[in-house]
Amino acid sequence: MKRTIGLTALAVMLACGTASAQQVNVKIGVLSDMSSLYSDIGGAGSTAAAKLAIADFTKANPNVKVELISGDHQNKPDIGSQLANQWYDVDKVDLIIDTPNSGVALAVSQITTTKNKIFIVSGAAASDLTGPKCNANTIHWTYDTWMLANGTGKALVKTGGDTWFFLTADYAFGHALERDTAAAVEKNGGKVLGKVRHPLNTNDFSSFLLQAQASKAKIIGLANAGGDTINAIKSGAEFGIVKGGQKFAGLLVFASDVNALGLATAQGLTLTETWYWDLNDANRAWTKRWQAERGAAGKFPTMVQAGVYSGITHYLKAVVALKSAADGKAVVAQMKNTPTDDALFGKGTIRADGRKLHPAYLLEVKAPSESKYPGDFYKVRATIPADEAFRPLKEGNCPLVSG
Amino acid sequence: MEQRVADPIARQPSALRTHAETIAFVVMVAALMVAPFFTYPLFLMQAMCFALFACAFNLLIGYVGLLSFGHALYFGWASYLAAYSAKAWGFPPELAILTGTATAAVCGLVAGSLAIRRQGIYFAMITLALAQMMYFFALQAKFTGGEDGIQAVPRGLLFGIIDLRNEVAMYIVVLVIFLAGFLFIYRIIHSPFGEVLKAIRENETRAISLGYKTDRYKLVAFVLSATLAGVAGATKAIVLQLASLTDVNWPMSGEVVLMTLVGGLGTIFGPVVGSFVILLMQYKLAPVGEWVLVIQGVIFVACVLLFRRGVIGELANWLRIKL
Amino acid sequence: MFEIFGIPSTALFGQLLIGLINGSFYALLSLGLAVIFGMLNIINFSHGAQYMLGAFAAYLLLQYSGLGYWPALIVAPVLVGITGMIVERLMLQWLYKLDHLYGLLLTFGLALIIEGVARNYFGSAGLPYTVPESLRGGQNLGFMFLPNYRAWVIVASLTICFGTWFVIERTRLGANLRAATENPTLVRAFGINVPRMITLTYGFGVALAAFAGVMAAPVYNVSPQMGSELIIVVFAVVVIGGMGSILGAIITGFGLGVIEGLTKVFFPEASNTVIFVIMAIVLLVRPAGLFGRRT
Repeated sequence: MKRTIGLTALAVMLACGTASAQQVNVKIGVLSDMSSLYSDIGGAGSTAAAKLAIADFTKANPNVKVELISGDHQNKPDIGSQLANQWYDVDKVDLIIDTPNSGVALAVSQITTTKNKIFIVSGAAASDLTGPKCNANTIHWTYDTWMLANGTGKALVKTGGDTWFFLTADYAFGHALERDTAAAVEKNGGKVLGKVRHPLNTNDFSSFLLQAQASKAKIIGLANAGGDTINAIKSGAEFGIVKGGQKFAGLLVFASDVNALGLATAQGLTLTETWYWDLNDANRAWTKRWQAERGAAGKFPTMVQAGVYSGITHYLKAVVALKSAADGKAVVAQMKNTPTDDALFGKGTIRADGRKLHPAYLLEVKAPSESKYPGDFYKVRATIPADEAFRPLKEGNCPLVSG
Repeated sequence: MEQRVADPIARQPSALRTHAETIAFVVMVAALMVAPFFTYPLFLMQAMCFALFACAFNLLIGYVGLLSFGHALYFGWASYLAAYSAKAWGFPPELAILTGTATAAVCGLVAGSLAIRRQGIYFAMITLALAQMMYFFALQAKFTGGEDGIQAVPRGLLFGIIDLRNEVAMYIVVLVIFLAGFLFIYRIIHSPFGEVLKAIRENETRAISLGYKTDRYKLVAFVLSATLAGVAGATKAIVLQLASLTDVNWPMSGEVVLMTLVGGLGTIFGPVVGSFVILLMQYKLAPVGEWVLVIQGVIFVACVLLFRRGVIGELANWLRIKL
Repeated sequence: MFEIFGIPSTALFGQLLIGLINGSFYALLSLGLAVIFGMLNIINFSHGAQYMLGAFAAYLLLQYSGLGYWPALIVAPVLVGITGMIVERLMLQWLYKLDHLYGLLLTFGLALIIEGVARNYFGSAGLPYTVPESLRGGQNLGFMFLPNYRAWVIVASLTICFGTWFVIERTRLGANLRAATENPTLVRAFGINVPRMITLTYGFGVALAAFAGVMAAPVYNVSPQMGSELIIVVFAVVVIGGMGSILGAIITGFGLGVIEGLTKVFFPEASNTVIFVIMAIVLLVRPAGLFGRRT
């Protein structure tokens, strides 16, 4: 395929002579977790999304030649930073994208700015990436902890869920989620009744659930992710938490987690995402193509994977406008100056601190009886407009903005 | 243990055989000096850190017969302290590495004096237990930065003059540290002290009856091994400008066992080769992504079933030399 | 109602019971490990992966042949046990005379392979599996709500554990087994096929792991990494109980479940670490574990 793109580009160049089409070469690296915890959230699905983005863009702009590589950071910051260094230095990669796992993302962000390349974060959650640790070469695309916390926290308080108990993963991202959500809850008049911090990868949550039950809080906020969230909800269903009138709020839940839980167990769970495959026709059409590219008909893309598509599309536009991908800061500046517009996320903007803005959706998991076809997971309960969904610019303490 | 290289070699000396170790050492040094022209230097630097780590580990398992399943403790904590002292206190790299190493030595002294009272699998389990306790501490302590680790550690100026941001300078420094560590271990093994260690490995009761205070020897070996693992960890923190939880968690302890096993337990060069092989695999396989685990597993199984002596052990056995 | 360390006593009862339930899983898993170590002298690191295989087998049986939870409870362990026996014939049998290290490394490699393959085919997020119809709901015990399924877990685990202990320690078959590990040549002289007995023992130990996996499927996340997260803890349980001691593994399994449960109330952050603290202390005070024989 690479060769065909090259040949088409060549043909077009010959056809147009040297007049208009100046060939631009770009190399993109998808750095993701291919083999462990987050491989269903990003992983090979992100690579597939990147391929679609490149195919769509080069069809319309044959003078751009894009090469794509992908790598597995195995959730280890040192392997991630080693790969990023090597990609920038040896493989001449211009853009690294995706990178679930905040630790790895923060490391890659550092490296990217020293080498003046570009890093688009779709997979990692840490809002620090556009806060104290922001830089002029990093864009945070899909979501972040502040947005998740605020979306779910505020919406639930407003609909009566005004007392909270947190089950928090004893990890920096868990603490951040808990802190941001508690702030949102209290700001909107709710109350936090208690919390318990559990180690990462806890097998059994029944003990913590008993504590949550005893607190009599209306909402049990799950400030954790992946297997921990799934285990908590599974035990919750068993211990009759939801039947007893309490409700779970998943602060970091992906479509793949809901699939793993099954609707019977997950029904009623409230969560926030910025993209859902069944939201509109454009998303559904893209999902079909993604499933074909991924070779997995039964899987559904996550917002992280959609973010990879959207991010690459906007990046390539900026590169074409500048006719070069060489200067990372310049490309990022160009990306910030032009509004974004793509099939999946619609129209949006990128803020000075590197935060991409788009609406977020408050979703509720359907009951099995309401679900009509595979992947029919959510009801949309509310849409949070782009300007409310993310942390206000001045609260982030990003040095790019204040200084 | 299985991997003892047959001794009859000694009876039929030839130039190649008597100087095999020297030749191998020269080849290794030459290879490491030429390699950066062909391979990515940062990768080589990291590989050398792991090689030193594996050599330090091998000192215990290969020459004293003690399997530590908690060596991540010394490696990881040294890298934390080196990273922290360089970043927060502004220590120059040489002092940062020294701080990290000292931390590892102290940890090694405490853990070692508890662990050496037990043998075999119980020794392994105590070292694992202590390492997991320190992992928990690393997770809870504020200064380690949780799962984000300590990022953007400055490389700084070595002795106040050499700027380590320069890759060439950094490479030379790492090479020197690695070779110094390697030769130090070689010296230990071939000293009278090393002979006593080997005697303990072969038959501890006999060593005791010969009047050796074996516990004291084992403790010294343990502390030396932990300290050298610390040197490796601290250097890695400066090279990669990063210290993270990965380095203190138990899979890291498992990885160093794998490296040593692949290269050859109880061989001088084995751990070096082993760690290069494993790291090369990790990076070469990174694009394959999903199959990394499976391939690693297959290598494990193949090593145990077919090449129990490891790459270097098999080679030495085949050439009938000592490496 | 009175309080203990600021926690109402009724809540504490609930936590103790939950600890016991978790202990059931530890006991089942460490029992299998102890049987394998005691009889084969192999430290079976792939035990966690085989536990995961049990849960996956239950899922696949439901998905592709419509076999529900109850049949799966028998079929899945048998299937996984057979794969275990194949592994023993093909690989493990060559390692019995070597240092423990090699058995541990081989099974560690196997665990990586099993986990990697599972992840490639099923992804890492996990698979849905629900509690069987007949065990839904629960009892209100006054101090807590006890789901029926959890009660079943305790009963099943206790039955299996003490059944196994009885067979090995108190029957003729068990006596033969123990004799075969002490002195294989002599037992062979009595006309007993020792290698076959060993193979079957390994298969049984693995089947125990798979059984625990099926038991876990309705309540825990069924994912490729479910076993590797547990194996180190179960390992610690076996060591604390005394390597190879069946009774030790069972009692320690339940006991540590309870201790862990209490830690989750008083110092939840440390609930994964407490087991290692106990292991270090036990090994320093009692070198061969709580119930181990000194050799």
